[in-house]
Amino acid sequence: MKGISKRFGPVQALADVTFRVRKGTVHALCGENGAGKSTLMKILAGVHEPDSGEIELLGQVRHFSSPGEALEAGISMIYQELDLAQDLTVAENIYLGAEPRGGLPFTVNRRAMTAQTEALAREYGFTVKADARVADLSTGDCQIVELLKALRRKTSIIVMDEPTSSLSEAEAKRLFAVVRQLRGRGLSIVYISHRLEEVADLADDISVLRDGKVVHSAPASGLTIPAIVQLMVGRELNEFYPPKDATIGDVRVTVKSLSSAEGVRDVSFEVRRGEIVGMAGLVGSGRTEVARAIFGVQPKQSGEVRIDGECVEIHSPADAIRHRIALLTEDRKRTGLCVDLPCFWNITLPNLDELGMGRILKPAKEARIAAETGSRMNVKWSSPQAPANSLSGGNQQKLLVARWLLAESRFMIFDEPTRGIDVGAKREIYALLNGLAREGKAILFISSELPELFGVADRILVMRRGKLAGNLVTRQTNPSEVMHLAAVE
Amino acid sequence: MKRFVRQLLPFASLLLIIIILSIRVPHEFLTASNFLNVLRRSSVNAVIAVGMTSIIVSGGIDLSVGSMLALAGMAGAWTMLKFGGDSLSIQAMWLGTGAGILMSTLCGLLNGTLITRLKLPPFIVTLGTMSAFRGIAYVMNDGQPYNVPGYSYLGKGELAGSPISVLIALVIIVLASLALRYTPLGRYTYAIGSNREAAFHAGINVDRNLTAIYTLSGLLVGVAAMIATSRTVSAQPTAGISLELDIIAAVVIGGASLSGGRGTILGTIIGTLLISFLRNGCTLLGISTNVQLIVIGAIIVIAVAVDQMARARAK
Repeated sequence: MKGISKRFGPVQALADVTFRVRKGTVHALCGENGAGKSTLMKILAGVHEPDSGEIELLGQVRHFSSPGEALEAGISMIYQELDLAQDLTVAENIYLGAEPRGGLPFTVNRRAMTAQTEALAREYGFTVKADARVADLSTGDCQIVELLKALRRKTSIIVMDEPTSSLSEAEAKRLFAVVRQLRGRGLSIVYISHRLEEVADLADDISVLRDGKVVHSAPASGLTIPAIVQLMVGRELNEFYPPKDATIGDVRVTVKSLSSAEGVRDVSFEVRRGEIVGMAGLVGSGRTEVARAIFGVQPKQSGEVRIDGECVEIHSPADAIRHRIALLTEDRKRTGLCVDLPCFWNITLPNLDELGMGRILKPAKEARIAAETGSRMNVKWSSPQAPANSLSGGNQQKLLVARWLLAESRFMIFDEPTRGIDVGAKREIYALLNGLAREGKAILFISSELPELFGVADRILVMRRGKLAGNLVTRQTNPSEVMHLAAVE
Repeated sequence: MKRFVRQLLPFASLLLIIIILSIRVPHEFLTASNFLNVLRRSSVNAVIAVGMTSIIVSGGIDLSVGSMLALAGMAGAWTMLKFGGDSLSIQAMWLGTGAGILMSTLCGLLNGTLITRLKLPPFIVTLGTMSAFRGIAYVMNDGQPYNVPGYSYLGKGELAGSPISVLIALVIIVLASLALRYTPLGRYTYAIGSNREAAFHAGINVDRNLTAIYTLSGLLVGVAAMIATSRTVSAQPTAGISLELDIIAAVVIGGASLSGGRGTILGTIIGTLLISFLRNGCTLLGISTNVQLIVIGAIIVIAVAVDQMARARAK
């Protein structure tokens, strides 16, 4: 891609970007949210047309005016939100639009389709059930299906956007092996990820975008993670994790023998005032389920939760909020925000009673309070009245934190708060957790990224198969011990 | 700005229709009595459409309003006759009015309860109750109407020169607009319609609020039913057949989204008036009622298509 420029209204999304991917390499594309990565890739995939510049594929100038043309030319995109048809089988998805024909007109030869799917999977060393429904597969397996779909089309370039954001460590490892194998077969892979450890590990070449311009493009060797971060943000981030300065006080939250219908078994732990307790574990180990049991989304079957010594009975999120417990869910679009409603409505939603608006709303006062809380949170919005989906991912997350700040929560559960947000916003979230701890709040911080758990948490709980497998002091443990507890019986 | 223009769209179409009719048939159209007539006819639909707006904003739908209208009217008239004998007393009329409203409130409560307790889609529940309510209305008097001579105040009466029915509709419109904007129930209606899961996670009792919305909508249908009964001085078991389509059309033309989270009372009222004036205009222009159906169908599709395009461009 040479000299690509693209403008959306007043925003110059890309300015004279030149991006070369060599055959048989993994090329990582890094940059903060809004740096132009997605736009660049959408131009490559024919979703957008560039204002200027051209795309050359194997020495030939190409022009894509629709995603179909790019696919035809051998460019496949795998988006963060996978776009598979949930109710169709693996084989049906892979051969969607190119089904082998049956003997009669308008029929599909299902047996051939299954056989071809299995052959394709074998060729690349995957095991997939061709007749399994996609809805029944894990995210990791869905990714494999997406890859096979691309490989079926004889693709030469695969773009992967945040492929590991919802994978467990084990699934991610498997994916890396696959990526390396595909590279070995001469495919080119453009790899977009916020997880820089992966990038450093996997990439042959690294390009860094900042504000729509390429600030670095070179072989990966010799580029350290701090160096990449610095290129991305354009300033030195000496201390990626802000220093902790909260004083840890009395026990604030006691969870005793918690069990739930979602597979949480006999989980007990304590969180003190000002303490950040991390929770590690593989996907499916029951971390989110612990949060859901405490918050009353899927009420507990047995066990007890005490806050400030008082035993609280929680049967619904409303009960939890009344006892000043907060949950920032892992999927802010599905269970967090009403994205098409105004920002300030989202902030005050659970707090109307609290604000003395339990019967009659006072929108002017409400907007003012929300704006104050929002600015405390450093939310960047055009106005509090703007719909929540006009904000970037990081700012949407801050909107939700503002909500619970206004609720004066005593115990805050953060479930994967940094998923899919950029490095700068991540750092803000870490600083925020520290700030909340300083105010004496008890914090449970669930994360799949061990580095951030080690960077932020005072203690780390490890979940395995719905049970608590470890309760470790961060300073006295190391990532491999945590991984061992999480993954090994 | 674009948002503003979009909300102006139904209003501009309404003005356009009024202007065209003023030019084409000025002597018939531009008279106080014609306007009052249109408003009086709109009042029943407007009252029901107010309730439907909240239901649609909450992400639901109510197909049973037409049948509910008939059932409430029948129940009200039955009560009047039962307690008032042949010469209806004022007390019997009041009692019957209350009974009719109570009947449809219970119908709404039933809809809401089935939707939240059995976790069924509103479309299915109200498709079922649409049939059941209509059936009860027929069974009550073997398919025959109840005549309530003298019960004409709500439908035909006037207060200071204004039709009572229009005044009632106005009061309800104002109250509902305020409620949707200035009460937690109104706010929660938008939140539930926008993202039900998120609303639940924000501590909103989704089931209780939804039940309240359907129940209140039922209450409004009852008010409309008694106005309609009063206008014809009889309760017809066939009243309001396919009324739900007109009502839903008005709400959608007014800018509400069938997927929930978006819609205003003002928009709905403009949508209701648009359909009423369209009907009135067709009649004045000598277009048959059969052809009117085609025109209204086309308007619904065009209105939503234009709205969608404006929305896509705004993004």
